[in-house]
Amino acid sequence: MTSYLCAISFGNLVTRLPGGISQGLVWGLMALGVFITFRILDVADLSVDGSFATGGAVAVMLMIAGVPAWAATLIALCAGLVAGLITGLLHAKLGIPAILAGILTQFALYSINLRIMGMSSNQSLNPNRYKMVITMRNIPMAILIGVIISAVIIAILYWYFGTEQGSAIRATGTNNEMSLALGINTSNMKILGLILSNGLVALAGALMAQYQGFSDVNMGRGAIVIGLAAIIIGEILCDAIFKKGCNFAIRLAFVVVGGIIYYIVMVIILWLRLDPNDLKLFTAIIVAAFLAIPYLRGKSKNSFGWAGKRSLPYVEAIKNSLRKGV
Amino acid sequence: MLWLEHVSKTFNTGTINERKALIDAQLHIAPGEFVTVIGGNGAGKSTILNAIAGTWPIDDGAIILDGINVTGLPEHKRAPFIGRVFQDPKMGTAADMQIEENLALARRRGQKRGLKWGVTKAEREEFKEKLAILGLGLEDRMTSKVGLLSGGQRQALTLLMAALMKPKLLLLDEHTAALDPATAAKVLQTTDHLIEENQLTTLMITHNMKDAIEHGNRLIMMNEGRIIYDVSGEEKQKLTREDLLQKFSDIL
Repeated sequence: MTSYLCAISFGNLVTRLPGGISQGLVWGLMALGVFITFRILDVADLSVDGSFATGGAVAVMLMIAGVPAWAATLIALCAGLVAGLITGLLHAKLGIPAILAGILTQFALYSINLRIMGMSSNQSLNPNRYKMVITMRNIPMAILIGVIISAVIIAILYWYFGTEQGSAIRATGTNNEMSLALGINTSNMKILGLILSNGLVALAGALMAQYQGFSDVNMGRGAIVIGLAAIIIGEILCDAIFKKGCNFAIRLAFVVVGGIIYYIVMVIILWLRLDPNDLKLFTAIIVAAFLAIPYLRGKSKNSFGWAGKRSLPYVEAIKNSLRKGV
Repeated sequence: MLWLEHVSKTFNTGTINERKALIDAQLHIAPGEFVTVIGGNGAGKSTILNAIAGTWPIDDGAIILDGINVTGLPEHKRAPFIGRVFQDPKMGTAADMQIEENLALARRRGQKRGLKWGVTKAEREEFKEKLAILGLGLEDRMTSKVGLLSGGQRQALTLLMAALMKPKLLLLDEHTAALDPATAAKVLQTTDHLIEENQLTTLMITHNMKDAIEHGNRLIMMNEGRIIYDVSGEEKQKLTREDLLQKFSDIL
């Protein structure tokens, strides 16, 4: 016990935090992509696990081939758009349920990602040889760049979902029937949403690969769960701070904040010397708990158990009056 | 205006649940007509509305709207010509979006939705005026989420959205059935007002015989997928509840 306490020092935590923040920013960016499908389109798109790795693979391979980092990152984003298009077509044009369409794309992307990386499960970038958009070797700079990219993306999303087309996507997500009746081609809107979402996720994947200096075919595993965690943490925080609800841009910003908080929690867990192999279990528990909270909260106000308890005095009263009557 | 030529639709063809919902339906509606549709459960009232709106393709026949053969067009491509209000107040509006956003979506019915702003300043003014006519105070709550409104308010808003772009045809599918009597009467009043103001050709399904008699200038009765009674003009004005009940018992 004492040796355990000696091993965890507060200074150690402080030095690790900035790294957690910069990683959280990149994952927060990925969570913005998940937000488009999960919250705006109201579908859970599982292809993101694959498209995140695709983004990383494309960026790394292009940089190895001599393409400048910014261009490689943008092309990686485009690869994500294509991945989203596939899921969208499977779902909206071939009638496959969204969850299955996402799983199929994710499954197929595993092979494709291996192909992109020359049949190797990972490819590394020597940070001395390549100039990266974002790297863990300069964490303050990484945080700055992460914040700038997030701000730009949030501004673009805020603008886009305020336009006629963006509004049509939101309408499709809230009420498909109505959207059809108003002349919105809802299957195209779903495809468009999935395209945008996966593009953003691949962009985050490209940044993550540069940040850590390698791409790995498994780097996107669990991305959807981390994305959901970031969204939910962000929303709970947002609701706590702005009790009356807040505008769309702030909600988006809180998704990124959610990603950062998630990673800070991960840093703390690692700092406490818990086994990193248990991280996924912790994440799943946290996400399940937060997803369940709104439901349980509603239940606690409106449950049969409580109604039954509240009914007891009345039943007693009836019993008493009957007794007196006898 | 609207022609239905020999329109047929069968559901669950070839199964034990096969149901001939529309059989060789013939209907011609002239511009400006306000037709009320009555009939028992399963008579084909909603089916005929859905066939016109393009919820699914018909099996046989043709539907011509304002000189355009719309038979081969999916729902969203017919939407430029058709305004619709559903029975369920939740179905006609987007709960998570603001009142003005909902109206703006309806304002772009049948238009290309590009990268211009979803709601413009000029539109806000326009919506404010139109909402004021409803007399529900919604003009002061333009940025409220529609999900916060009552059923009657939502239905009135849906009506406004349906009439906003002056569609060639307005389809009302028992749009007051889910409302309490007082609210239903108010929504029907709004319906009459909007139809008159915009000179809309209308098809309105109702279960309420009184409403069917009092509203509109033509009445059709359906039974087992067929139009069995069609009355308009003076004859419609003289129509009584008893006449309709007689018609109903004739079927049985």
